[in-house]
Amino acid sequence: MLIDFFCKVRDYKIPCTLRELLDLIRALERGVVFASIDDFYSLSRTILVKDEAHFDKFDRAFADYFSGVASLELDLSEIPQDWLKKHFEKQLSAEEKAKIKALGGLDKLMETLAERLKEQEKRHQGGNKWIGTGGTSPFGAYGYNPEGIRIGQDGSRHRRATKVWDKRQFKNLDANVEIGTRNLKVALRKLRQFARTGSSDELALDETIAATARNAGYLDIKMKPERHNAIKVLMFFDIGGSMDDHIKVCEQLFSAIHGEFKHLEFFYFHNCLYENVWRDNNRRHNEKIDLLQVLHTYSRDYKVIFIGDATMGPYEITYPGGSVEHWNEEAGNVWMKRLTDHFDKVIWLNPQNEAQWPYYASIKIMQGLVDNKMYPLTLAGLGQGIKALI
Amino acid sequence: MSAFQGTSNYIASNELQLAVNAAITLERPLLIKGEPGTGKTMLAEELAASLGVELIPWHIKSTTKAQQGLYEYDAVSRLRDSQLGDEKVNDIGNYIIKGKLWHAFTSDHRPVLLIDEIDKADIEFPNDLLLELDKMEFFVYETQEKIVAKQRPIIIITSNNEKELPDAFLRRCFFHYIRFPEKAEMQAIVDVHFPKIKQKLLDEALALFFDLRDVPGLKKKPSTSELIDWLKLLLAEDISPEVLHETRQKKVIPPLHGALLKNEQDVHLFEKLAFMHRGQR
Repeated sequence: MLIDFFCKVRDYKIPCTLRELLDLIRALERGVVFASIDDFYSLSRTILVKDEAHFDKFDRAFADYFSGVASLELDLSEIPQDWLKKHFEKQLSAEEKAKIKALGGLDKLMETLAERLKEQEKRHQGGNKWIGTGGTSPFGAYGYNPEGIRIGQDGSRHRRATKVWDKRQFKNLDANVEIGTRNLKVALRKLRQFARTGSSDELALDETIAATARNAGYLDIKMKPERHNAIKVLMFFDIGGSMDDHIKVCEQLFSAIHGEFKHLEFFYFHNCLYENVWRDNNRRHNEKIDLLQVLHTYSRDYKVIFIGDATMGPYEITYPGGSVEHWNEEAGNVWMKRLTDHFDKVIWLNPQNEAQWPYYASIKIMQGLVDNKMYPLTLAGLGQGIKALI
Repeated sequence: MSAFQGTSNYIASNELQLAVNAAITLERPLLIKGEPGTGKTMLAEELAASLGVELIPWHIKSTTKAQQGLYEYDAVSRLRDSQLGDEKVNDIGNYIIKGKLWHAFTSDHRPVLLIDEIDKADIEFPNDLLLELDKMEFFVYETQEKIVAKQRPIIIITSNNEKELPDAFLRRCFFHYIRFPEKAEMQAIVDVHFPKIKQKLLDEALALFFDLRDVPGLKKKPSTSELIDWLKLLLAEDISPEVLHETRQKKVIPPLHGALLKNEQDVHLFEKLAFMHRGQR
């Protein structure tokens, strides 16, 4: 029961496990909801989805699954009435059966259902193949369980079928949307969490001494939370061309929490990393900084974040002299390797749509260079990236 | 146990009722998220009140450890007592301080346990509670004693999303996101708080409130609790609906705005908008 629905939910990449499916079944068994597809929607969302970021995906999965069931076409004349009734009864618990009786009995219900379905047939032409698969699969039967009873309950509800899940109210909360002003706040929270990693309690020596003294010499230990967090970050932005908008968002993002990191530095490069980077993009041609100098200045425990689309000609990475701006003596990948060798943790955030990545040879090369730690510049990607950095 | 349907001073949406009842029936913790001020903590209080059981609140801070919810061993007192030669010292049980979970587990009637703002704690905090929430039992090493819940308490957990909760923890909870109420729901909420408010004043106030929420770029949008505070002030100051209506027409800053806008920049922004609006006319 419900397995197809569960698979559909998982197809939409909502993280849920067997445990939740069993919970959902148990909830139905206990009669937490009965006879309303709206309630079933709420209940299944409560149990299966654990983060409002996934609500939109769930809405889509639900609509996808139940549009199949809602448009189910039956030709009741072809199915033996008894069989249908028996099968229907099998799906119901004793308690549910009692409720059906209260609604005028199953016969009455089936009658209405038949009428309703006939009406529907007028609107939808087509075969009755659904009954073949849907009818025998237990879930198909479940499908018209709420459907059928809903009709019995209240005719007007049928029109109310502009369902909650079709409104997609939670679209803005989806984690796979590109980072923009809308979800900047959530991204900030993620980063703040990143910045605070490593803070813990430490012994407050002075207070301990004072408290112990006040305590007539008996030990009274005082702890205090560690004041500074340990995270130091170097950021390298790919600047110029299509990247500028993304860079601006990212700069805002990171400078907003500048104070939270122990150390945060910005550097800029164009397309690929070569022997020079620069700090101020307006003066990029005058004030270059030797990358070697960067490597010597910052110790290996700095976390390095690249932000760039990594979309360029492959030769810009792999050949000496490949740079589009100047003559580089050594190839970009040599410099990338030097950098990744020096720093322990390096990630690359890419604003390109992840689905497009396989089509660019340069992205593949770059992914290899950063040890596959390339993530899309979305909330989810940012989260994964941060995890990889810690 | 009868189903929860909100109380005389707490309006719960259908979805929320369902989530609460599912959590009660299946004895699972219910994780509640939502904008600040949408009544997450209040839910637990009202739920306990409506079921007529004890509420055991456990407010989480950044320094709270999971162990503190179970029990604490007060080694320092024991050390002191031993130096004073107190007889108590021989029984280690005298120095075990029961935590909130212990209280909830051993309560005679099924209590409501509120774990408030779980996201404030350390990242590992929820992971440290996995087994306790799952099996509803834990072991006291000092006294070699196993504490098993007499009955599984109803657990309400609230979060403001400041930290992500670990997957293993989420898998064990039910989840509900309190959406910001729509106008009709809002009206119902206000009605339970101010049964005697004049309809006209309420209409104007709600219209102003929702307008204010729609102003783009506000740092902190006013939420339900702010609206209720504001209405309280409006009633206390006896502001007439006409004044509110005028405010709305002219788009000037509403009276007693301090209750709605909690942020200097927001007030500035609103003043600027009002100024621009006057300029256009």
